[in-house]
Amino acid sequence: MSEGEAKTVASDEKASFNWLGALRDAGFLALFTLGLSFPILAFRTRQDLWHGLVLDPRWDLVATVVAIAFFGRLSWLVVGGRVSRSVQSFATQAGKVLAPLQNYTATFRLVGLIWLIAYPFLAVLIAGPGGALKWIDNFGIQILIYVMLGWGLNIVVGLAGLLDLGYVAFYAVGAYSTALLSTYFGLSFWLCLPLAGIFAAFWGILLGFPVLRLRGDYLAIVTLAFGEIIRLVLINWVELTNGAAGISGIPRPTFFGLPFNASDEGFAAFFGLEFTPLHRLFFLFYLILALAILTNWVTIRLRRLPIGRAWEALREDDIACRSLGIDTVTTKLTAFSIGAMFGGIAGAFFAARLGFISPKSFEFMESAVILSIVVLGGMGSQIGVAIAAVAMIGGTELLRELGWLKSIFGAGFDPTQYRMLLFGMAMVGMMVWRPRGLISKREPSLVLHEKRAIGGDLVKEGQG
Amino acid sequence: MVQTAMNPGMGPALEPILRVEHLTMRFGGLVAVNDLSFDVARGQITALIGPNGAGKTTVFNCITGFYKPTSGRIALVSGGPQSDPAVAELTDSPGRSQRIGRGGAYLLERMADSEIAAKAKVARTFQNIRLFTGMTVLENLIVAQHNWLNRASGYSLLGLVGAKSFREAEAKAVEIAVAWLDCIGLKGRADDPAGALPYGDQRRLEIVRAMCTGPVLLCLDEPAAGLNPRESAELNELLLSIRDSNGTSLLLIEHDMSVVMEISDHIVVLEYGKKISDGTPDYIKNDPKVIAAYLGVEDEEVDEAEAEIEG
Repeated sequence: MSEGEAKTVASDEKASFNWLGALRDAGFLALFTLGLSFPILAFRTRQDLWHGLVLDPRWDLVATVVAIAFFGRLSWLVVGGRVSRSVQSFATQAGKVLAPLQNYTATFRLVGLIWLIAYPFLAVLIAGPGGALKWIDNFGIQILIYVMLGWGLNIVVGLAGLLDLGYVAFYAVGAYSTALLSTYFGLSFWLCLPLAGIFAAFWGILLGFPVLRLRGDYLAIVTLAFGEIIRLVLINWVELTNGAAGISGIPRPTFFGLPFNASDEGFAAFFGLEFTPLHRLFFLFYLILALAILTNWVTIRLRRLPIGRAWEALREDDIACRSLGIDTVTTKLTAFSIGAMFGGIAGAFFAARLGFISPKSFEFMESAVILSIVVLGGMGSQIGVAIAAVAMIGGTELLRELGWLKSIFGAGFDPTQYRMLLFGMAMVGMMVWRPRGLISKREPSLVLHEKRAIGGDLVKEGQG
Repeated sequence: MVQTAMNPGMGPALEPILRVEHLTMRFGGLVAVNDLSFDVARGQITALIGPNGAGKTTVFNCITGFYKPTSGRIALVSGGPQSDPAVAELTDSPGRSQRIGRGGAYLLERMADSEIAAKAKVARTFQNIRLFTGMTVLENLIVAQHNWLNRASGYSLLGLVGAKSFREAEAKAVEIAVAWLDCIGLKGRADDPAGALPYGDQRRLEIVRAMCTGPVLLCLDEPAAGLNPRESAELNELLLSIRDSNGTSLLLIEHDMSVVMEISDHIVVLEYGKKISDGTPDYIKNDPKVIAAYLGVEDEEVDEAEAEIEG
């Protein structure tokens, strides 16, 4: 093809682009934005000295927003297709790159485990003893709690296909049972940990019974209500839970009876080390790491047992399950209770880690975050959930590190305020480019000849 | 027997595994099945046929517990011959089943769907195939063996620690599954997702999945729907081999007459929720009531036929 021809093709493409349509489209959006921004942005309200309402017009702001909408839409119409296509192909490529990782699970798991075990030491090495506190606590421990919660919820949502919007209730049950048992009865953390799991599993069964006959949206609404009921009970039963003020003074976990303090009986003194708060953080980090790995191990094991296959079969088709003699009632209840148990254990850890809990920590937002971790990761995929937890929780924590943006946007700018906006944008992006989550392939639980992952398009999400 | 006296088309009296008596199913004002009685002979293939909307699938759903019949009795006796006194005794008691020898007597109208499959050993397939599409062919057949495998895994406790007894049980389950896959020629595709199989293979896979539950009675809802003649012939072979080598009794709903007439030992014809004919394929083929129901008749013949039905 000669140069001239190439030029005509290019100009043909340009000519075929419908400028009038694009302008009309962008104009419509600008009008729409104007309509929207008029009641929201056009006036700033304030009180004057006589408590009267004063409206300060902000037409410049409205004009800016409308202009952004117009030119943004126009430029998206011009180059958006190309951008979307390239992101799409990038996302597909990324999926392709991630998918074979499942074939090297053993290696991957080993490397990941070594990295995780080394993580606190690396943090100290790189950031110094003072700087490492933040990296171990806010990043390490915080993310691992959500990884564990995500894996716990993955049993209910990802494997059994039961949409649970109130998972945080079990987290709350675990945290409050630990707090109450240790402050009222003086039970040690190590006793509270399994008890919290058992109590949460019990509540899982209790929730399971009434919702067994529900599916889809109805199930989601009831579980959502259950989460709110638990939270409202915690707020209003002041005699037991101290209401919204929360419970403080929860005993911290000890290292086989050795407290992490500067006293002579403390951990540091016993081992002849110099006292530093890092010891406790190291301990908590390895504890939650062990708990998360336990969750993962149990889930992987259960998936290869009849009960795990029955969960997945239930997600695929519950009527077929019934025709094969599988008791769907017990199958659903086991999924609910085992998922809840891990939530409860994570809750116990949460209570003991902070030494203080209040109903504020168990709002619907938490359920939504945990559920979005499961959905983003790819329902049913253990590694996908872990990656999504790192991205979501680590991303939120990273926003706190962006203080330097103040120098650009002014002193009033607080990046953490944009957390939900970024969440939402990430979700929309996922819906467009990877609707089945980061890792959408399903790994068979049993192999006769050769292991092959199953494409996400064949795997069902469950009807509730 | 009273039953055979009512069915002129039946040859020698056959011993029934399943006896449906006075079955009625109402949905609000609509009577889908009206006072229906028929037998499914042990170790034979019984076909339930009739025009669209005759209530065949409703009968199936009543037998397999997906619907609770408005009235009537559905008695299944396995492990030994039908014993009227035992069934009568069970009917008067509040119970649902009674052990007889290696099997038992079951009143299916009192049992729930999964219980019927697990205890009474009645398996079924569906008109629209219901495979676990996202699971492999092998996994589908292992899920079908859930109940005994779950017991073998010590309700997951033994399985969780990887006990040897469970691993042996699982190997046995895989062996059973592979034997059935061999039977339908799908062993090579054991690790493919079930949803990726061609339609005809999915049909046959659903049938062997039902067989993996070890049923005494297999209910097939239109197994030949959407199959080409070659696939239909393969299906006939499979069903005959299930009857002959496993001793399983079969009850099937089918529209494809090449399948029905070729393999059925006994046919029951429904129209508007009522039985209009019952007998051997040859008898059914020549029964004027059946011909009238399927082909339609001249006006005066309708009157004649109706008089005959009512009479």
